Amino acid sequence: MTFTIPIDNGDSVKTAEADSQRTLYPYVTGTSIVAIKYKDGVLMASDMGGSYGSTLRYKNIERMKAIGKHSLLGASGEISDFQEILRYLDELVLNDNMWDDGNSLGPKEVHNYLTRVMYNRRNKFNPLWNTLVLGGVKNGESYLGMVSMIGVSFEDNHVATGFGNHLARPILRDEWRADLSFEDGVKLLEKCMRVLLYRDRSAINKLQIAKITEEGVTVSQPYSLKTFWEFKAFNNPTAGAEGSW
Amino acid sequence: MFRNQYDTDVTTWSPTGRLFQVEYAMEAVKQGSAAIGLRSRSHVVLACVNKAQSELSSHQKKIFKVDDHIGVAIAGLTADGRVLSRYMRSEAINHSFTYESPLPVGRLVVHLADKAQVCTQRSWKRPYGVGLLVGGLDESGAHLYYNCPSGNYFEYQAFAIGSRSQAAKTYLERRFESFADSSREDLIKDAILAVRETLQGETLKSSLCTVSVLGVGEPFHFLDQETIQNVIDTFEKVADEEEGEGEAEPAAPAEEGGDGTGDQDVAPMET
Repeated sequence: MTFTIPIDNGDSVKTAEADSQRTLYPYVTGTSIVAIKYKDGVLMASDMGGSYGSTLRYKNIERMKAIGKHSLLGASGEISDFQEILRYLDELVLNDNMWDDGNSLGPKEVHNYLTRVMYNRRNKFNPLWNTLVLGGVKNGESYLGMVSMIGVSFEDNHVATGFGNHLARPILRDEWRADLSFEDGVKLLEKCMRVLLYRDRSAINKLQIAKITEEGVTVSQPYSLKTFWEFKAFNNPTAGAEGSW
Repeated sequence: MFRNQYDTDVTTWSPTGRLFQVEYAMEAVKQGSAAIGLRSRSHVVLACVNKAQSELSSHQKKIFKVDDHIGVAIAGLTADGRVLSRYMRSEAINHSFTYESPLPVGRLVVHLADKAQVCTQRSWKRPYGVGLLVGGLDESGAHLYYNCPSGNYFEYQAFAIGSRSQAAKTYLERRFESFADSSREDLIKDAILAVRETLQGETLKSSLCTVSVLGVGEPFHFLDQETIQNVIDTFEKVADEEEGEGEAEPAAPAEEGGDGTGDQDVAPMET
């Protein structure tokens, strides 16, 4: 099924040819990102999967990257668009460093720059198909924000993208506190990631946790979560409804 | 400087390696009325002399707010200065919009200097005939810069430009070492005293000068006439009490502006 949207000059409708010049659907996608502020900074978690539709095709994709000295960017959605964004930010950080004047881009500046980019692309009907999470610490102040593919942007103490919105957020609302230690923060994130692993079909059991503090950014080595499949209710799932599966 | 055969175009070098048009543009700065800037670690004060074309007219505006954290004082062709101020405001607001963060003043002056340089290397343009004292904040604190028509820029602890600025510069040279740690009030007082130096004899009144302040936690704003007059009163009064010459340096400031009782003792006239 095709449908055409009037673009640019507004009085002519573009053909399929022109359509191939702009993003219509995502192809290789990453699933949720979950992030929280904690005592010393920000913690972010993501798995390493890249799905091609319903196929779990790529299992070693790093969906969180350090930006400059003070920030960390996590992305869900189209992986190629994430890579494009990393190129934009590379240029931004390079130019900032070339000034060599003691001023540097903090997480707030990067977040706002990304908001402008995402919103402008949305206005041209050619979005970068991502939901981005930007966390960082500068001058002792922690920052955590999100931008969606349509340019909706905000800051909060804890954020989640994709399925994380539905599965992780309720957990975070109940259990997040401002003075979480590093260990407690990681435990909280792992709790969310475990739920996502059980219930999100595009999640894989290989995750990384990233930490940003005043000292800088560290992304952990990939590891997996312990899962439990012997819940009694799932042992004989059709016991109560013979014939179903 | 005399007329010569290499001074018609900005794109013509002289045999001695000078661009005369650029140097003539710097002369235009010297003709404008004085502008003074000083800074401490956390504040910048910009002050200027209000010179009017004639008794009938009002004085030209020479200090402009560029952003909450940046101000500029100009000397020379005020029309050129207004255009450059508009450019600076545009740069500042675009940065603010994209990054939700104030543009570091050090980066703004480089953009400004590069813009001025272009006019020294195009045959169809002329250099801007205005000198700019740019005061502002960035992550490392308060800064004061001077941008020339040549496209050069320099950072200063204190500086003065325009006519009779040498008198102000001499005053500032004596005192600048203490400015970095000056209080805001002392900085303002020094700025007004520097303005007084350029007046050379004329009585200092608050209507004759415009003073602006910006600092860490203090957005750019102009001081009102009453505040300026109060500062003037503190040292004019001290000058009256000391039976010294006109160029009295005020003693360590004990009170600031609290003398506004209007009850001035009439000192005996000097003969």
